[in-house]
Amino acid sequence: MALDRSDVEKIAHLARLGLNDADIPRTTEALNSILGLVDQMQAVDTAGIEPLAHPLEASQRLREDVVSEANHRDSYQAIAPAVEDGLYLVPKVID
Amino acid sequence: MQWEVVIGLEIHTQLTTQSKIFSGSATTFGSEPNTQASLVDLGMPGTLPVLNKEAVQMAVKFGLAIDAEIGQHNVFARKNYFYPDLPKGYQISQMELPIVGKGHLDITLEDGTIKRIGVTRAHLEEDAGKSLHEDYSGMTGIDLNRAGTPLLEIVSEPDMRSAKEAVAYVKAMHALVRYLGICDGNMAEGSLRCDCNVSIRPKGQVEFGTRCEIKNVNSFRFIEKAINSEIQRQIDLIEDGGKVIQQTRLYDPNTNETRAMRSKEEANDYRYFPDPDLLPVIIEDSFLEQTRATLPELPPQKRERFQSQFGLSLYDASVLASSREQAEYFEQVVGIVGDAKLAANWVMVELGSLLNKTNSDMTKPPISAEQLGGMLLRIVDKTISGKIAKEILEAMLAGECVEIGIGSADEIIEQRGLKQVTDSGAIESILDDMLAANAEQVEQYRAADEAKRGKMFGFFVGQAMKASRGKANPGQVNELLKRKLEG
Amino acid sequence: MHQMTLAEIARGLADKKFSSEELTRTLLARIAQLDPQVNSFISVTEDLAITQAQAADARRAAGENGALLGAPLAHKDLFCTKGIRTSCASKMLDNFKAPYDATVVAKLAAAGTVTLGKTNMDEFAMGSANESSHYGAVKNPWNLEHVPGGSSGGSAAAVAARLLPAATGTDTGGSIRQPAALTNLTGLKPTYGRVSRWGMIAYASSLDQAGPMARTAEDCALLLQGMAGFDINDSTSIDEPVPDYSASLNDSLQGLRIGVPKEYFSAGLDPRIADLVMASVEELKKLGAVVNEVSLPNLQHAIPAYYVIAPAEASSNLSRFDGVRFGYRCEDPKDLTDLYKRSRGEGFGPEVQRRIMVGAYALSAGYYDAYYLQAQKIRRLIKNDFMNAFKDVDVILGPTTPNPAWKIGAKNADPISAYLEDFYTITANLAGLPGLSMPAGFADGLPVGVQLLAPYFEEGRLLNVAHQYQLVTDWHTRSPAGF
Repeated sequence: MALDRSDVEKIAHLARLGLNDADIPRTTEALNSILGLVDQMQAVDTAGIEPLAHPLEASQRLREDVVSEANHRDSYQAIAPAVEDGLYLVPKVID
Repeated sequence: MQWEVVIGLEIHTQLTTQSKIFSGSATTFGSEPNTQASLVDLGMPGTLPVLNKEAVQMAVKFGLAIDAEIGQHNVFARKNYFYPDLPKGYQISQMELPIVGKGHLDITLEDGTIKRIGVTRAHLEEDAGKSLHEDYSGMTGIDLNRAGTPLLEIVSEPDMRSAKEAVAYVKAMHALVRYLGICDGNMAEGSLRCDCNVSIRPKGQVEFGTRCEIKNVNSFRFIEKAINSEIQRQIDLIEDGGKVIQQTRLYDPNTNETRAMRSKEEANDYRYFPDPDLLPVIIEDSFLEQTRATLPELPPQKRERFQSQFGLSLYDASVLASSREQAEYFEQVVGIVGDAKLAANWVMVELGSLLNKTNSDMTKPPISAEQLGGMLLRIVDKTISGKIAKEILEAMLAGECVEIGIGSADEIIEQRGLKQVTDSGAIESILDDMLAANAEQVEQYRAADEAKRGKMFGFFVGQAMKASRGKANPGQVNELLKRKLEG
Repeated sequence: MHQMTLAEIARGLADKKFSSEELTRTLLARIAQLDPQVNSFISVTEDLAITQAQAADARRAAGENGALLGAPLAHKDLFCTKGIRTSCASKMLDNFKAPYDATVVAKLAAAGTVTLGKTNMDEFAMGSANESSHYGAVKNPWNLEHVPGGSSGGSAAAVAARLLPAATGTDTGGSIRQPAALTNLTGLKPTYGRVSRWGMIAYASSLDQAGPMARTAEDCALLLQGMAGFDINDSTSIDEPVPDYSASLNDSLQGLRIGVPKEYFSAGLDPRIADLVMASVEELKKLGAVVNEVSLPNLQHAIPAYYVIAPAEASSNLSRFDGVRFGYRCEDPKDLTDLYKRSRGEGFGPEVQRRIMVGAYALSAGYYDAYYLQAQKIRRLIKNDFMNAFKDVDVILGPTTPNPAWKIGAKNADPISAYLEDFYTITANLAGLPGLSMPAGFADGLPVGVQLLAPYFEEGRLLNVAHQYQLVTDWHTRSPAGF
């Protein structure tokens, strides 16, 4: 199932990637060739096989409920693109 | 057309942990913006989450309390979407394997019947930050202090059939999480938030109608109003030949209307997958048992005990058991005064109206259980009448003799001279004076027939009590008065 | 001086033959002189290096004597370094001065290492040629027209060019072992969870692992010793004691069972490399090793599974780069969507965008089961293959790459052709196993590597085998002409 231009535009929107119009054909072709490679996987019989998410299959360690972080707002915000009154600024959001 | 309403609720409860679910930042409400946002909370590149044990324990506690299956192998997943208050571009949540499975909660309806509401699941997740829309040079400001606060999202079955039932369910859930000590229930601060899924269908139809989700309703009153306005909107829409579209909507208390949310207009594809930075959470049996041992007595057990131990009615018992503070207060009062029915009546009616009047709640009762209990003791031993008791309550409320605690009622009685007059000589002299001042009415009474006398007798009692400034023992007044009027 | 290994440096410093500061100044001068040819550094941290070298010398004067005290190295530019640009070779993070140190960086700094700089890499570690860097391609010191491999290509080229003795790398599908093979180095990817990922900017979280790159196995042992260990900040880090890797280097290989999977000798393998692999087996046999037959029947499915799992995790990991709290932000965004799309569209290069899109697609509604879930099932099949194989052998041996280094630009037209170069390396990431690449000869003047794989936590065994091999061979001692 090859992707077409509108599929690629949809995926790019989902991933919030602004594509240049001129690049879309090339991107579509590249994605289709990658998907062609991964589609070889579909032929593998995996009936009854449990998916493996982590190689070592350990379990989650739990942290004690202790406050260990101090306020470092100034140093964290020194690398931010836009801040005011301690807030990160973004273009107006409408709910 | 007769419509049936179908409501399911998603309740987000902020858990009262000290630190966040995946980082060591404090969860205190109301701090300066972004002063409680650590590297992890900010989604800094290279940072990783580590799960808070207390959050897990609280979720398990909740699951046990609603008789649910506990996911002994539960998994965190990433819910992917872009929003400025979501720093990583995904929310760590639980999808396929939540920590709490199917359970249920009983609610008491207004007619006193009990209805069981199914809980589909409850899962742990991290809260998002806050967008502040005040004008920052035409921009929106983002505060990430709240980002990473642990949430337990409790999803109900679509079992509710009216806004009133929905409110009863939220109240019961609110009471439960406070009983368990896992959420402070402060709706104004957003500690408990509710999304309402509402649909309607012709009565008798089995399939559900198309639902709309009203996001983030944050008071009991608004839940009821928002649902009712949404029901009306859907009925009007369908009866005008329209169709309900599945939507996320917001409730505006000013207009009492819901409106579609702009930011949710496009259908989301959240691309859930297991978070590779976190491993499966394994709940051992020993952990389960340890947690079970910490469970307090919960509303249903408490209600039953109040009925059997104190002989209270189902209604009284369930009202008193509905909040942990109220139940504890009631039991303290019973401990002092002994008479459970008297205690129940005063806690529910008189204290209830004081709470309304002072606009407070049982977390900060204006009068302590010791004070109330001490005063009720004086009703029981006939030192005061019920009417005087109300006066004493007012005095306590005004702060009179508060520091004396259990003895404060006695002090007020003493200082104000409110002790009931039980000396029959003293009562007789009050009656004689009163009857002399109302000689005309006495004559009318004596001339009247039995049927009319009843009402007239009440007049004399009232005058006698007034003359004694309420202190005369009403029983004795009745008896002596009857004798004198007959005489 | 620049020809010394870490072990030789440690001895020289201990014997007071030179100071860390002298060595550091020598290497900084060499970097300034030669790096323009290979482009292996994104940032050279001269001031930090001198300060750290002086501190190390002071510690030594005070009686300390650690093996890494005063040892110069560089970090791949995806390890966060506090106050220093940490770019991931991306325009997205060109302005990103990390507000904290990665655990690996902090541990090595505490051991007294001297950071000469941050090395070039494929953008966000996505690539195997080091051509996708925002700071330009890295060149292979063995032939400047060829790629050094990737994604840790800068670390590889810097060590191969003798600009420094060792560097850190990370390996998600072969990103330590493949460039090590293509530049005549020894490189080790440890067991998943052996080294903390805290502060290591993620590509694919369930596959990423940091490790050492150096000329010898002995040096890799020293560096891994400083990197490995449990970290409470990384939930996937393993709480197991770290063995003394140097102590087991000289263990005998008598009776060592080596498996060479027959599936390794497929059509894509350069016959010259096949010959060198078999020659290395013969050397090990002389040291007492025996060869057993093993099979990895699901090997061919590894690349398709990897190119679903890695992009899927990456698509989510890279969502945090949104122009809001750090990193690149586009000019004058007109609304929120514009902010996201232009910041990300302009900040990420084409290969990164491709992988994000493949990953987003593989996870999207309706495709999850066919792609992501299927890939994870194949992942288990591959792990099972190894578990079976390790019943009969102690290590698995084979080529690290199917081909020697290719010419810069040769595989640009078709991304798939570069993906296939990961054929031998990615199984270790899917199964979480430790893997090592060591120099094993040359094909027309270009280095060839042999890969060794071992069961979980058997890094010591891999280093032992490689060290014994390096005692009887001299491939690893050869330097590229001009360096």
